[in-house]
Amino acid sequence: MSAQIEIIIIACLVAVACAIPGVLLVLRKMSLMSDAISHSILLGIIIAFLFVKNLGSPLLIIGAAIMGVITVSLTELLRNTNKVKEDAAIGLVFPALFSIAIILITKFASGVHIDTDAVLLGEIAFAPFDRLSVFGMDIGPQSMWIMAAILIINVAFVLLFYKELKLSTFDAGLAATLGFMPALLHYGLMSIISITAVGAFDIVGSVLVVAFVIAPPAAAYLLTERLDWMLIISSILGMVSAISGYFFALAFDVSIAGSMASMTGVLFVLTLIFAPQKGLLSKAALYWQQKWVFATHMLAVHLLDHEGREEENIENRVSTLHRHLNWEEGFSRKVIRKAVSQELVLHEGEMLRLTSLGRETAKRVMSE
Amino acid sequence: MTILYELLFDYTLRTVALGAAVLGILSGALGSFAVLRKQSLLGDAISHAALPGVAIAFIITLTKNPLALLLGAAITGWIGTLFMMLVTKTTRIKEDAAMGIVLSVFFGFGIVLLTYIQKLPTASQSGLSTFLFGNASTIIQSDVIIMAVIGIISLFLLFLLWKEFKILSFDPDYGQTIGFPMRAIEICLTTLIVIAIVVGLQTVGVVLMSAMIIAPASAARQWTDKLGMMVLIASLFGVLSGVTGAVTSSLVPNLPTGPTIVLAISVIVGISLALAPHRGIVWEWIRAKSHRRKINIARTLMIMHRLTESHTVPRPHEIAALQELLPTNIHKTLRICNRMGWVLLDRTRWMLTSQGIKEAIRIEREGFS
Repeated sequence: MSAQIEIIIIACLVAVACAIPGVLLVLRKMSLMSDAISHSILLGIIIAFLFVKNLGSPLLIIGAAIMGVITVSLTELLRNTNKVKEDAAIGLVFPALFSIAIILITKFASGVHIDTDAVLLGEIAFAPFDRLSVFGMDIGPQSMWIMAAILIINVAFVLLFYKELKLSTFDAGLAATLGFMPALLHYGLMSIISITAVGAFDIVGSVLVVAFVIAPPAAAYLLTERLDWMLIISSILGMVSAISGYFFALAFDVSIAGSMASMTGVLFVLTLIFAPQKGLLSKAALYWQQKWVFATHMLAVHLLDHEGREEENIENRVSTLHRHLNWEEGFSRKVIRKAVSQELVLHEGEMLRLTSLGRETAKRVMSE
Repeated sequence: MTILYELLFDYTLRTVALGAAVLGILSGALGSFAVLRKQSLLGDAISHAALPGVAIAFIITLTKNPLALLLGAAITGWIGTLFMMLVTKTTRIKEDAAMGIVLSVFFGFGIVLLTYIQKLPTASQSGLSTFLFGNASTIIQSDVIIMAVIGIISLFLLFLLWKEFKILSFDPDYGQTIGFPMRAIEICLTTLIVIAIVVGLQTVGVVLMSAMIIAPASAARQWTDKLGMMVLIASLFGVLSGVTGAVTSSLVPNLPTGPTIVLAISVIVGISLALAPHRGIVWEWIRAKSHRRKINIARTLMIMHRLTESHTVPRPHEIAALQELLPTNIHKTLRICNRMGWVLLDRTRWMLTSQGIKEAIRIEREGFS
């Protein structure tokens, strides 16, 4: 396998591993916990490192995961004192932990492999150099296997607790009443996020973790109403961002992680604009269409209202219609043209007459 | 003393301290409104969104002209905020996800631009990465002057629009009904917050600037219920942590400024949460404890009174029997009652005094206090 393909595989593994818990975070309105966790796990990593003095030690991952759960608990503890609001609680806890981590790194570990830029950006380009071998046989980069293991854990977690997660996400109250223990699921999910962030952190850095966790699920949220589809779509969007970001970075010789994050944003914006039903364009089109439907219906009702009465001559005349309906003159002419083309209305010289279809429509609209 | 002397007469130290002070005042004052409006994390999104602006300004001007960099940061910070508003207003995506997208994607794009700049054949680009974690020692006098001028203008605007911002923070619907243009006021406030963040970027850095918006205000909130006082105290805390952090980091070699300032303000937050009068967790805990003790004493006295009444002649009762009726540690409560002169005690038995009976009757009639 060439290094390029290995990088792409690793990036795709990260993308899917982040997207799966990300969907649940976005739906639970807790997206920013991923921001908090992905920053504060650094403190866990650096503390573990200062003890074992070895960057390859699995203790680092354990330390980081513990710190992730500590972050969540501290945030909730702070919020439960009712001294600060939830958003402020998040914003108070993780910068403090992250600051300690950065200071520890620059003071005690600056000579080694960890440095502050790598913290934010990761080092995916170097990922293929760290090989894993079994019985002397090279089986690929270490981070690929770590990410694959994390992905399997995430998928297993979601599949095992699919029903429970779904219910507690959409109706926490009912889930608690039925004895599904939402608190336990909550901490399970937070542990999953922590583990994922730790694995991905090394490769793409703390900020890109946030991009992969939030942006693809948010885009998928605009494309589907179903949880299972949302999981699948956000995984695909994540992989597309990873691959396209990688080639963008190659083409312009810029940061790989940064390009991938940018691509998740580009995909989100495209979805935001073009999504069927929930996209800005289709919403605008719907609004546009409804405006004309409403106007032609109003015209039909107006004509019906004055049909056969003595004031009909004034009210239902093309040249004066806009005054009675309080419309702009140009708008009124356009509405008449639409109504005629839909065979709701007929011209009779200067006068407007309802067709039988128009009369039916007006009656139906009024009864509705 | 030497620190004070150097603060006054050492050029670098004075510049750093002044810059940090301006940052502290601005972020404390404007952060108060962000925190009250439950938009604490807006600062996180804006500060990350400012990074590509800094880079773009550098690419266009090819100098580190502070005004250009600030302007670039403000523009992309603004675009990020607008994008967030667009997403939350037009779709069902909630604020948290919109913020997360803005902060990570803009930051990622900023990193892309920074790596692009590093490959440009210009010599002066190296300083840009200080925007990540801040570096107080790179601040020079002209930077401070620009920061101060921007700061004074912002504070003046804050002063002018005080009433409007107050109503926006506490009851925007009411403001709308009595004819204030709430949308425009909101945009003004957001603009000022963007400015406060951008001013702090060089000192604290993109990653941790959000803490300077949230922390001083959250700490100040514990000390007062008045908006004016809150803004004042928050500014004070901002200055205190800013100056302490910036000066420490420029004196101690290899100590990044942003994290040091954030640690300083975090300590202030911790102290405020624990010890602020009335709201402090420690006082609350003490109050709750003494309240629980009073309830215990009242219950114990009442039960002892019932037991005493069931015998016509007063006589000592077993403590063990009483313990079975009450779940709490009875010995401590009895000792307190003994000290108050309500109960006579020997090693295993108790007896109510006439004073104790009087107290029990009073409690039954009036409740405990």
